[in-house]
Amino acid sequence: METPLIEFKNVTKRFGSRTILDQVNLKIYEGQISTIIGKSGTGKSVLLKHIIGLLSPDEGSVLFRENPIGSLKKSEWDAYRVQISYMFQNNALFDSMTVYDNVALPLQQTMNLSKSEIERRVMARIEQTELTEVAYKYPSELSGGMQKRVALSRALVTDPTIVLFDEPTTGQDPIRKNAILAMIAEYQRKLGFTAILISHEIPDVFFISNRILALYNGKIVFQGTPEELDEFEHPFKDEVIQSLEGFQEELTGLYSQRHFKVRYQADLSRKRRDETYAIALFALEELEAISNVLGHTTAQQIIRAMGAYIDKHFGAVGGFSTRHSINEFVTVLPYSDLDEAGRILEDFAKDFQNQGIWDLESVAQKEADSTECINFTILAGLAQGKPFVEMESIIEFAKFRQEEIARFQCELRR
Amino acid sequence: MTTHSHDQGPAENEVTGQPGTFLTRPFAGLGRKVISWVDHMGAATIFLGKACIMIFRPKQIPGIIQQIYYIGAKSITIIMLVGFFTGMVLGLQSYHALVKFGAQGALGTLVALSLVRELGPVLTAIMITARAGSAMTAEIGIQRISEQIDALDTMRIDPLKFLISPRIAAAIISFPLLTALFDLIGILGGFLSGVVLLGVNAGTYFHRVQSSVEMQDVTDGFIKALVFAVIVTTVCCYQGYFTHMRTDSYGAKGVSLSTTSAVVLSCVLILVADYVVTSFLI
Repeated sequence: METPLIEFKNVTKRFGSRTILDQVNLKIYEGQISTIIGKSGTGKSVLLKHIIGLLSPDEGSVLFRENPIGSLKKSEWDAYRVQISYMFQNNALFDSMTVYDNVALPLQQTMNLSKSEIERRVMARIEQTELTEVAYKYPSELSGGMQKRVALSRALVTDPTIVLFDEPTTGQDPIRKNAILAMIAEYQRKLGFTAILISHEIPDVFFISNRILALYNGKIVFQGTPEELDEFEHPFKDEVIQSLEGFQEELTGLYSQRHFKVRYQADLSRKRRDETYAIALFALEELEAISNVLGHTTAQQIIRAMGAYIDKHFGAVGGFSTRHSINEFVTVLPYSDLDEAGRILEDFAKDFQNQGIWDLESVAQKEADSTECINFTILAGLAQGKPFVEMESIIEFAKFRQEEIARFQCELRR
Repeated sequence: MTTHSHDQGPAENEVTGQPGTFLTRPFAGLGRKVISWVDHMGAATIFLGKACIMIFRPKQIPGIIQQIYYIGAKSITIIMLVGFFTGMVLGLQSYHALVKFGAQGALGTLVALSLVRELGPVLTAIMITARAGSAMTAEIGIQRISEQIDALDTMRIDPLKFLISPRIAAAIISFPLLTALFDLIGILGGFLSGVVLLGVNAGTYFHRVQSSVEMQDVTDGFIKALVFAVIVTTVCCYQGYFTHMRTDSYGAKGVSLSTTSAVVLSCVLILVADYVVTSFLI
């Protein structure tokens, strides 16, 4: 059994007569993205502040590698704290300092680095978060999205091993929300830190999370993978998840995963046992490379455009789609068998190669620097569905059969 | 039955109120106020002590220089203006008082000693409180309510070292210098009104200034300036730093109340400390 990196054991926290955390037990594992979800004002930020020591529990204990952080020696506490970074909900940027100075602050104040080394590290983070052009502006001169990215840069500049994100996407538009989540996921993969997120972005946050922790009435009522959350039956699900998850996914305008499943079940229930249908799985390869070269916002614009293109084409023949993962879409063709679906997909592939791919490229060109370019590929796979077969296994089979249907090459740029 | 009435005793007392409770209630309120005051005094002393120790930590010089600019350099104009008119009005009033005794030749002595011993340190401290002290409270208060101070904590930057120590060090450096400037400009103001406008002999004026002001007077003035520097920065920074602990108001309103409290309390404490320090020095 893996030892948790951070563990809450019967943690209770009260403010006056209000009990915010009531005997909370949770486990956070190393190298994962763990997301805490729950209604507003239920103590998610309070929970996060216990990890970094801004608050201490009234009862119970917070353990770091099985040692209570309340009883760490000063040197151990310093060693623990040096690993943690915190991104505040309202960014907490110093408004009298420029973006550069804000990002450089933890390096200047807590590390003995030369000025040139600090500049190198700060500029690297600023470039990664697409803030180069505003490096010497003040936070008040930036949009909300940019301020978020400054806070993200500052949180990551010290190369922490644990990063706490307190609602990092609040107040952002759908593209930016997904861009920030994608950015967190990318850095987490690259740098290998343990990320603990508070987020309301359901289902977008599920795409990047390894574990979900549900805080309800002061207690953790669920800990597990996003897939396990699907099977979880609790009033929390009706009150929180369903209220947060809209009918449509914000980014793509496609069905949300839950409503996609509802529609799928409804269509399936009308079929006879011998009737078949088809499921197609589409994927945009090189999403990470696109994010690196053209930026996360552009990458999310491309995802959105791709979703819209799939929906337009397959919606016309009765199909319905949803976003399956950060770079994948699933389409159900309820009235088509595998042969017919194959023909529809063939038409789509032709159309996509001739027109769709250029639409995506024009999105990329409009958003990013026109001199930058990257090759990318669209994959698609088809599988036959039957009413008694689990959807996930059909999707797996479609993934297995995926092949290239369209490719954008920079040298063929119009 | 007896037991029952005995049990009900305290509850009845609470409702109807016993003479004892009636008498002690005002003292209980006063006691709570005193305890709160002592609590704040203790907290402010620890706050000051910790911040003073942090002055000598590494990487403090740039912050101190920046604060000298804000507290010191940027206050020069207002200090000169106030010093000049204080000297002028002092010259004017003193001339009319002295002329009745035919002692207008002592104008230089009166203006110089009043400024160097009392008015210079006190008015300089009050002006800096109004200009820089209020700004300190507001800035630190806003940093507190917008979680910037918590952000420093999470970055392992000691907020006392980063925000408070440079201000205390800068005030300790700036207050005596600004006091000296105030004194000098005040004496020139007294010269303008007494000599240029009212006809006192210029040589007599400067001779009296030079002969009456001793090094002890200047030192005493500087000691007062140092005491005021510590009082003003401690009060103003403390009020801003703990603005979130106010129970009477929150957020922006809390910051505005903290700023008002800081200015009023600083001014009162400057005058109280002036009396106490003077009684020790005289």
